[in-house]
This record gives sequence, C-alpha cells and structure tokens, in this order.
Amino acid sequence: MDGKPTGTEGLRRLSEYEWELPRDFKPGMRVPGRVFADDELMRLAAGDRALEQVANVAFLPGIVGCSLAMPDIHWGYGFPIGGVAAFDEKDGVVSPGGVGFDISCGVRLALTSLARDEVKPRLASLLADMAANIPRGLGGRGRISTPEKTLRSVFKSGAKAVIEMGYGRAEDLERIEGGGIAPGADPSKVSARAYERGHDQLGSLGSGNHFLEVQYVEKVLKPDVAEAFGLSEGQVVVMLHSGSRGVGHQICTDYLDVMDSVRRRLGMDLPDRQLSCAPLGSREASDYLAALACAANYAVGNRQALMHWTRTAFEKHFGASEQSLGMDLLFDVSHNIARMETHVVDGREATLCVHRKGATASFPAGHPSVPAKYRGIGQPVIIPGDMGTHSYVLVGREESMSLSFGSTCHGAGRVMSRSAAKKKIRGEELRARLEKEGILVMAGKPSLLAEEAPEAYKDVSRVVDVCEGAGLSTKVAMLTPMAVLKG
Amino acid sequence: MSATFHTIEHTADIGVEVEAAIITELYEGAALAMFSLMADISKVRHSETRHIVLEASDSVELMFRWLNELIYTSDTEGMLFSEFSVKLAMLSDGRMALEADACGEPFDEARHSPGEEIKAATYHEMDVSSLDGRWTARIIFDV
Repeated sequence: MDGKPTGTEGLRRLSEYEWELPRDFKPGMRVPGRVFADDELMRLAAGDRALEQVANVAFLPGIVGCSLAMPDIHWGYGFPIGGVAAFDEKDGVVSPGGVGFDISCGVRLALTSLARDEVKPRLASLLADMAANIPRGLGGRGRISTPEKTLRSVFKSGAKAVIEMGYGRAEDLERIEGGGIAPGADPSKVSARAYERGHDQLGSLGSGNHFLEVQYVEKVLKPDVAEAFGLSEGQVVVMLHSGSRGVGHQICTDYLDVMDSVRRRLGMDLPDRQLSCAPLGSREASDYLAALACAANYAVGNRQALMHWTRTAFEKHFGASEQSLGMDLLFDVSHNIARMETHVVDGREATLCVHRKGATASFPAGHPSVPAKYRGIGQPVIIPGDMGTHSYVLVGREESMSLSFGSTCHGAGRVMSRSAAKKKIRGEELRARLEKEGILVMAGKPSLLAEEAPEAYKDVSRVVDVCEGAGLSTKVAMLTPMAVLKG
Repeated sequence: MSATFHTIEHTADIGVEVEAAIITELYEGAALAMFSLMADISKVRHSETRHIVLEASDSVELMFRWLNELIYTSDTEGMLFSEFSVKLAMLSDGRMALEADACGEPFDEARHSPGEEIKAATYHEMDVSSLDGRWTARIIFDV
C-alpha cells in the first residue's frame, strides 16, 4: 500500500485503526498479530522493536485469535508494552513475560468535592505534606511493617486486609477491580525471598514512572457517564500509579526460572527466552498463577495504603474528614496482569488466560466482572498520561470484547528512551517550565524529571482517540495535572 | 578489571553491553554496569562483603541469576556494591557454577546520588558470547 509508514512493510492495513501482521511476518507465528494504531502511532511502533515482539508472542502455544497490541505499544521485554494475548485453558500457556516484573502495576483515581480554585492556594504545602507522608524512591521502605502472618493475609485478601488494618473504608472494595481481591491466591506458592522483600515495602510508591498526582477535570467528554462516575468540570481528583514492589519483581524472577526449566524439558522453541511459559493446568502454571494473585493483592493493598495517606494529607489541609471532602475511590485497575476470564470464541464461551502487559481491562456495561456500582454503565478505565499534559478516564465498551478480549490502552506509552530524555532535557528547566504552566512538581532527583518529561511520551490524547476510534473504549473525561509527586 | 560497558537505547527500559577479555571479568563488569545505573558507585566504600554461590545450566541463565541475586541482596539489605570478584567452574554434569564476593556498603541517599530503581535483569535478548578472544554480554533491565 502506498504511503505506509516506514518499517511497516509486510503489514496489512485492515481499517483506519487496525493493522495486521500476517503469519509470514515472522515464520513460526501460530496466529496473526493485530495492532490498533493510526498512521502516526504505527510510525512510532515501527520505529523500535515492538512489532517484532507482537510477532514473538504469536509463537506461544494455544494462543487464541491474534497477538494484539494496543495503541500505546512500544518495545518492552518479552511481550511488547501494550501487548494483549489470550490462551485456551486446554492447550494454552501462561508466561511471566506476558505480565512483567511489576505484577499488577496499576492506577487508581480518587475523587474529591473540592474545586480547582479551592485547592490551588494550598497546593504547595499539600504537595509537601504528601511527599512527607508517602515513602518513595530508590530503597524506599513502606510505612507498614508486615510480619509474615500479616503479609500472608495481604497476599490472600489484598485491599481488604489493608482496609482491615485501618487504611481506608470498607466501601473502597466495591470500587476496585475484582472487589480488591484477586482470586486463587495461595501464599504458600510465594518464595521466602519474596516474603523477605515484601515485609517492609507495603505502602511505598517506588520510582521510575510511578507517581501521585493532584489533577482537575478539565473537560467532561461524555456527560452521562461522567455524572455516574461522579466527575464534573473543575473538580479536583487524585491519581496514583504504583505496583507490587519487590514482591512482584521477586515472584516474576522466581517463576521465570521455573518456566525456563519447563521450556527446556518440553523442548519449546521460542524466539525470546523471556517468553518462557508453562502449559495451563500444569503444576508450574497453577503455582505461578497462585503466586501472581498474591502479588496482585499486594499491589492493590499497596495502592490502598498510598491512597489512605493521600486522604490524610487532604484532611489536614482542608480541616475536614476525607468523607466530607468527598474522597471516594472512583476505581483501581491493574495494567500488568494475567487471569482466567470467560470470552466468546467462534460463537462459544471459552475459558482463557488473558495476559495484559501494559493494557487495561475495558469491560462493557452488563459484564459480570464490572463491580455492581458500575455494571449498568461500564467499567471505568483510568489512563495516566504524562505530567505535563493530560490523563483520561474512559469507560469500557461492548466492541472491545470481540476486538481485544475486553482490553484497551494503559497510558501514553514512551517514545524516547530514558538516556535520550536525560541528554535532551534538563530536570530543573522542566520543573520551572511546568511551574509556569501551573503544575508543581516534586521528585527525588532532577534526572528522574527529565526521564519522565512529557516529550518522552507519546501524545496521550492521540492514544485515547485511537482507542475510541477503534472501538476499544470511550472517552469520559480529560484530566490535567496540578501537582506531581515522583519517586 | 578490564571490563568496559556502555548503555544501549531501549524505549522503556535500560540495556547495557559489556565487554571483557575473560569470562569472569564479563560477569564482574555486568554487575558493575548494573550498580552504576542505580547510584554513583565511585562513592561506594568497600566496608562489607557478601559471598554469593550460584549454579546454572548455561552462561545466559548464570548471568540472569547472578544479576538478580545481586538485586535481591541489594533490595533486602539496602546495600550497594561496587567491587566484584567472580570465580567460575564447569561442573561434571555440564552445569556452570559461580562463586563471588561482592563488596560495598549500605545505601546512603545523601552520598550515593540515587539513579534508577532496577526491578530485574530480564532474559529479553540477553546474550553472553565470545568472539575473537573477547567476551561480550548484552542485558536489558526492567526499570
């Protein structure tokens, strides 16, 4: 086809927002690949190794449909970031490379009843207080000590266990994916090393792209859904992005070892050792899924604690309880996860292990996995952008079930490497520039600001436009940062 | 130590390429490259030593285990390391054994200029090979 972006030779354009990698894109693919992108996002995807990774995932046994990539696709390790793949429970596999080291890394959004103008005058001291309240950065220890027994209960029951320790309200659970508890968690499948790494990290933000942001709703894009979600223009909200910390990193490391021995034993020929996997139903696969659920619970529990301290910082500054400040949780979603889900394949219901590596579930109204509070509307999808532009709230959509196993993007997606960003951008200049635009930024070190600069990311508005255009999700509201806390 | 290393471009994460004259120096150099991403290791004193013993079925798995062992030790004990002494042996069953001392001190935020938080060394495109008498390794870290 004429005018195709460079690097897309061998791809077939199916529609304005859909591209196919035919099976001959890389010999050995069991199914085609499919990428949701417009011209510009495809040009960026083709500029690194991401398309090859889409093809690599298609080598895995039992893959159903296509190896998929969301519009924020970029080069990761194992799966591309933005990769989605589903595997049949009878002849498919689970791969730690389809989830990553930061198991159940995700985002949550808390509402407030405060208006932008009410918060603005107190923003600097609020940010300083949140920074003091929230452990972050390299070597950041959590504020909650979790001896083995406590850790086991967090592994087993996630946010529920953390709420029972006094961090949050019972009703928060109704606004977390899966009710705040990942099913099938078995703490006996977690190594002593992961326990060791987890015992002092609960309630810590981490570093890299993890953040806490005070934002306001700049624009409502779908009024009826926004109203049902409790969003209105000018309203202040809080978004946080964090994961399972050392627990997830260790569980992934441990099970990559297990899967690598399975790969050798079964003589699997895979294009990337990071994609090592085990057949669903095998002891190795079941153990990994049980340990993965523990890490997912730890991650959601971690975000629960972080939100609690954010609420207490607001309480201190506004002299009122977080309930009276309207600090209800809107939703909490993970974007690095694998789990068993029911989908319709060739007209029949099938149980599939759906991997989302840098992708978010986007279930429509009526889907049984959507919490009762939102079942009539659709699942809220929280999309963090970059610290200089916007983030979005989307809602799940019916078409996503047949297009992407009920998935959509997870963020803007990087376009510039960390070292390139550091060479090009000076952290202190960026801080000054953002401050001029009314965005306060606090980070452990200026170089992290440079790495996370808006220029290092794709245009999040374009990414969510493509998600909407392709039918993966619908835009509900556009959020704009006011204060940013980085690791 | 004669190993040299440089970072390689990766959109989301960070990669390094390491080169050394002999294979033990390659493993030492890879560890040094990793900790130099985490902090200013020129400021790390050698006040404590950790002894590490590992086995693996091949040189790539050994690199994966070695670096992730160091990440685990660093994360749980809050340590930074900047000097490594690695010994390798081939076992009778064809497996490889590594025995190493890692020297460093507890992480001090004020003195060590923290860099990246490395979650893990990944298997993605990990390579350990020798060509014309030089050993090279390529490692991509999840950050």
